[in-house]
Amino acid sequence: MNAVFRRVLFALALALCCGALNAQAIDPLPFKDHAEETRFQQLTRELRCLVCQNENLADSNADLARDLRHQVFDLMRQGKSDAQIKQYLVDRYSDFVLYDPPVQGSTLLLWFGPLAILLAGAAVVVVTVRRRSRAQAPASNRNANDSSPNDEGDDW
Amino acid sequence: MSRLVPFFGFLLLVALFGFGIWWNTRHDQREVPSPLINKPAPAYALPKLDDPAQTVTREAMLGKPYLINVFASWCVACGEEHPVLMSEGQRIGVPLVGYNYKDEPDEAKAWLERHGNPYGLVIADREGRTAIDFGVYGAPETFLVDAKGVIRYKRIGPLTPAVIERELKPAIAALRKEAP
Repeated sequence: MNAVFRRVLFALALALCCGALNAQAIDPLPFKDHAEETRFQQLTRELRCLVCQNENLADSNADLARDLRHQVFDLMRQGKSDAQIKQYLVDRYSDFVLYDPPVQGSTLLLWFGPLAILLAGAAVVVVTVRRRSRAQAPASNRNANDSSPNDEGDDW
Repeated sequence: MSRLVPFFGFLLLVALFGFGIWWNTRHDQREVPSPLINKPAPAYALPKLDDPAQTVTREAMLGKPYLINVFASWCVACGEEHPVLMSEGQRIGVPLVGYNYKDEPDEAKAWLERHGNPYGLVIADREGRTAIDFGVYGAPETFLVDAKGVIRYKRIGPLTPAVIERELKPAIAALRKEAP
């Protein structure tokens, strides 16, 4: 019970720390031009805030997110590419910081699992439809011959 | 037979959802496994909390395994963890280094005075920049660093007596076995 209560409290705290402040302006950074700002926004939108895990770095008001935004900004100023900046964060916080998980052995199921399930479903439909139409063709022949009202084929 | 196919499909879905629920209650979803395990600890040079003129570096700490415990006076869970450190800290068998994270030095000192100081040494990272190198994303966190300066174990969240017995002590025992 205590654990449940703690969880609820924790969820509330999270909601407060992440949600309520969201409408406020994110701390301003001294961008030199619009292109730099756009690049920064783009990049931080692809990175996850580790405190509020369903928020990206661009939107999160968590303290750590602010620190990481500053870090990303500094790395940009140092002339690092987007890939290098992402790698910098992945080295420290694992692939979890990336909103799009990279395609690799452990994520194959994640990336292609839904497609596999869709294909499996399609295969089942195709097989069923074929089997039915095959069962129906002789059945209708027989119906024409002896007009027996019920027979197999309507297994479903 | 084929009448049962939808039923089996349903059972499969039930099993899948059941697994999802079981899996999610079994582990802390906030916990992000650190990629730094078995990698050298990042280089750091941080001032001591009680004497900012003195700097502690990774190099200076080489030679003996130690625990880095990330804490802050503003961190609620650290308050929960603190009594455990106070009672178990001496018995763990490796020095306990406090890592004061994004904290006001005065508040940190007052906090340690009020709750007791289990640390042999406290270093302060006011800006939290070094903490990014450590992959810290929420206090408390605890790192076990071996004699060569390699991170061997990380705990995200409070250390509890159970966690110490189940995870930390075996990790420390493994270090002892390697370097007699």
